[in-house]
Amino acid sequence: MSGKPVSGITPSQTVGPYFKYGLTPGTDYRWNDAFGNNLATPDAVGERIRIEGQVFDGDGKPVVDSMLEIWQADGQGRFADQTQGTLANTAFRGFGRVGTDASGAFAFDTVKPGQVPDPDGKLQAPHILLAVFARGMTMQTYSRIYFVGQAANATDPVLALVPSERRNTLMATKQGAAYRFDVHLQGERETVFFDL
Amino acid sequence: MTLVYPRESNSIHAPRLSPAYKSTTKRAPQKPLVIMRHTLSELTGPAYGHEAVRENDHDLTIQHDGEPLGERIIVHGYVKDEDGRGVANTLVEVWQANACGRYIHAVDQHPAPLDPNFTGAGRCKSDDKGYFRFVTIKPGAYPWGNHHNAWRPAHIHFSVFGHSFVSRLVTQMYFPNDPLFAFDPIYNSIPDENVRKRMVSSFDLDNTKPDWALCYRFDIVLRGRNATPMESK
Ligand SMILES: [Fe+3]
Repeated sequence: MSGKPVSGITPSQTVGPYFKYGLTPGTDYRWNDAFGNNLATPDAVGERIRIEGQVFDGDGKPVVDSMLEIWQADGQGRFADQTQGTLANTAFRGFGRVGTDASGAFAFDTVKPGQVPDPDGKLQAPHILLAVFARGMTMQTYSRIYFVGQAANATDPVLALVPSERRNTLMATKQGAAYRFDVHLQGERETVFFDL
Repeated sequence: MTLVYPRESNSIHAPRLSPAYKSTTKRAPQKPLVIMRHTLSELTGPAYGHEAVRENDHDLTIQHDGEPLGERIIVHGYVKDEDGRGVANTLVEVWQANACGRYIHAVDQHPAPLDPNFTGAGRCKSDDKGYFRFVTIKPGAYPWGNHHNAWRPAHIHFSVFGHSFVSRLVTQMYFPNDPLFAFDPIYNSIPDENVRKRMVSSFDLDNTKPDWALCYRFDIVLRGRNATPMESK
């Protein structure tokens, strides 16, 4: 079977309302999770953190059928190698997936990422990449989770591109033992999304 | 060395606000997206958890004690990048309705029967040339609440990773000559008709298995064209 000529990328379509049993079944369906929301392998390098939040639509209603994926470096700023799947000396993968529950809530257990360089070699502030999928979204939207109070935020080259009055939408804030990061798809507090 | 992906590739996608698909109106971001250069974070890709792919996860017809009802089909193709290179060892996940157009999902209330022998979820890893293959049941069309008499054309949901976090793709595969195409706001959310057709599989007689199953070919092309080397400092 020979390959057909390639003529441009395949368009995205919404993840729809019914992805759960295939992509985030948990224990609710007769299928197994390929990925979960706990990235913090026992040997992962970095401070253990929990990030909790909710996803809201333009009416401020919780989005109960969205899926969030995160991708991040470990505490030393190292990304898992794609061919190996993990880092050389830990089982840390840096990728997580979770579906929102009946209150639009989600959580990730992971490690706080270290700093990774931008294309000029300048160090970025610690951040986690976030992709949000949902019914009613024709494709995923990308955002970044930064951490409030980090000195490096002041010189982060990506945060510098964001209007200052909107930067707080990218900050996970400390709330008890966990970090809080809500996603607002629209509205006054609309989360900053990036055109990648 | 890492790669730089041109942003123009994304221009073929549906507008995030596609009002004919009603739920986009409350879920599409309204403020301008912030344009940025890809950094190592965007250009590296998730590790796939390949250990999660079990030997028969690609065959949706043998996950239960009995055989599911409906038309058995083979769906196969290549995951490629824009230069036509196969994307090797990448995770391909699928989920779909059963032959009657009913999802096993708890929220699906379409009054069509569930099939005790069909879950509708599958996954596989592309091989070293990017090739993947599923055996499943042709899904039925199903109604949805978007507008009066709204029906989704038969489709299989696909989720693919690729080389980086920005090549991540969730899409839907359709079947040739579906009479519902003209009426489906999700299919038609893609503005360009020729681009829409990339989501339609082709009937593959050569790989149809006599006396057993029809075959459909579906190639998936991920971002990566004109990927140019970038010095990492
Ligand atoms: Fe569907």
